[in-house]
Amino acid sequence: MPELKTGARLKSSVCDGEIMVVATPGGDIDITCGGSPMLLPGEEAAPAELNPDHAVGIVIGKRYITPDETLEVLCVKAGQGSLAVNGELLLQKDTKKLPKTD
Amino acid sequence: MNIMMLLEMTSGAFPDRVAFTDGSTGVSLTYAQLFEKARARGASVRDSKAQRLVKLDVSNLATPVSLFASAWAGVPYVPLNYRLTDAEIEALLERVTPAFLVTEPKRVPALGDLSDVHCSTTSYFIDDDNHANVLDADWSMDPDEVAVLLFTSGTTGVPKAAVLRHKHLVSYILSSVEFACAEEDEAALVCVPPYHIAGIAAVLSSVYSGRHVVQLPNFSAEAWIELAHQHKVSTAFVVPTMLARIVDALEGQGSANMPHLKNLSYGGGKMPLSVIEKAMVLFPDTDFSNAYGLTETSSTIAVLGPEQHRIAQASSDEHLRRRLVSVGQALPGVEIEIRDEEGRVLGAGERGEIYVRGEQVSGEYEGRGSVTDSEGWFPTRDAGSMDEEGYLFLEGRADDVIVRGGENLSPGEIEDVLLAHPTVLDAAVVGVPDEQWGEGVAAAVVARKEKTIDVAELQAFVKEHLRSSRVPQLMEVWDELPYNETGKLLRRIVKARLSGDAVN
Repeated sequence: MPELKTGARLKSSVCDGEIMVVATPGGDIDITCGGSPMLLPGEEAAPAELNPDHAVGIVIGKRYITPDETLEVLCVKAGQGSLAVNGELLLQKDTKKLPKTD
Repeated sequence: MNIMMLLEMTSGAFPDRVAFTDGSTGVSLTYAQLFEKARARGASVRDSKAQRLVKLDVSNLATPVSLFASAWAGVPYVPLNYRLTDAEIEALLERVTPAFLVTEPKRVPALGDLSDVHCSTTSYFIDDDNHANVLDADWSMDPDEVAVLLFTSGTTGVPKAAVLRHKHLVSYILSSVEFACAEEDEAALVCVPPYHIAGIAAVLSSVYSGRHVVQLPNFSAEAWIELAHQHKVSTAFVVPTMLARIVDALEGQGSANMPHLKNLSYGGGKMPLSVIEKAMVLFPDTDFSNAYGLTETSSTIAVLGPEQHRIAQASSDEHLRRRLVSVGQALPGVEIEIRDEEGRVLGAGERGEIYVRGEQVSGEYEGRGSVTDSEGWFPTRDAGSMDEEGYLFLEGRADDVIVRGGENLSPGEIEDVLLAHPTVLDAAVVGVPDEQWGEGVAAAVVARKEKTIDVAELQAFVKEHLRSSRVPQLMEVWDELPYNETGKLLRRIVKARLSGDAVN
């Protein structure tokens, strides 16, 4: 996988899930969804099964982070798979609601 | 990263929800319709080979279609001020060619003849669903592509084009709005012009929250009140002059009778304390927020929220009460510092220039590059101070500081005192030429209804509260102060008129 850039969009190879990279520590990072590598636009992968240990799902509009918070992604399409880096599941980030100003 | 993605998410989640209603015609678009129109007109823009999409018209359904069609096509969106003269409009258009221009039919004959301008009518963007090519969802995800070019109001010389990239706008939205947070029956009333950063921010924030937007193209207090009732509006943003007119129009009524209006935010200029206090009485069920931001910072960077309004208003401590006229604290992800002329960071309560840093901060102008420093700090040219808890107080433009005999005087500090006097409705303080001091303090004041201003008494009132160097040596009573259409005080006009009178 080429270097993961901020703003890049990835899709799951096992479900409908899609994400956008909001922040990255740089370098090569392999994000998986449902246990299988995620794909950049134009990339293809052999059909794979959803790993039942990575099947909590992702919710549209929610942000997910690595425990050290260096990688952050936004779910732009919901899916059944869960996100992970190096086999470690990403966490849902709590966002603070702000007063509406525009 | 692309602002189109924000619309894609909402139209995927709520395709049939009403997205935009033109308040002047009552015609609406759903989120799915807006998405498809952006696709159709994005194809038209790509076919034209234009490098910019320019919109020259009031707010209407073509406003969001144009913004998202540009993002889909991969060209910057350039909304122009339709109140400028023909010569000014042509001069700006020439700076952004080759351009795809969306405008009213009556402007097409004159502007369509300009070279490198592909002219199209607003109705083509709203009503026509035909297009030769069907675009895939293939918009660029490069965060560094330019999303919007906004000409600053140019109150001081030739307008500059502020550059906002997709990363700035998307960062702003992701850090300040929760996706799909709006209920289906909520509506936002948008009355700021489409060529103002607050107009762009309103479109993007509402889309990402899944909120219905009701557009009011030509503001009048009566039309605003009528639309707010008709659509049971829950959220609105106004500039101070608009709120002053709404309050005036409701004068004599005990309440605006708008329990559905949950949030009313304001910004874009200094809010007179008398206006906000009256508004809080007329809208007892409404949460007020004061937002401070600039074009170059993708809109809001600091907010005084509803709870902070209430705490400040209820406090008996003078220091805490004063926060009611602050613009609150920095948004998450935004840092603010006050610095002196040598760039040294100042402490709590000290006046200086406001510097800001964060992912939503662009600080870039076309043809001039970024004016942020090596650490990403943007000098706003706004003067202000921060208290020990980071509440930010605005003191006008840094350029407005009056230098009297080597002493720096802030017009805002003197205006606050003038406005506290019971006969004064509005006040502007500027520096005027003075033989002895270099610059002297001059003020233009406007009387409240049925009150008369006694200049000598008002000068004595200032002297009671501030050092004598701050007492306006020249004070004139005017019928009104000059403001532009977005509520910005035209200080240079006040200065020119008072300077002329000071010399004569």
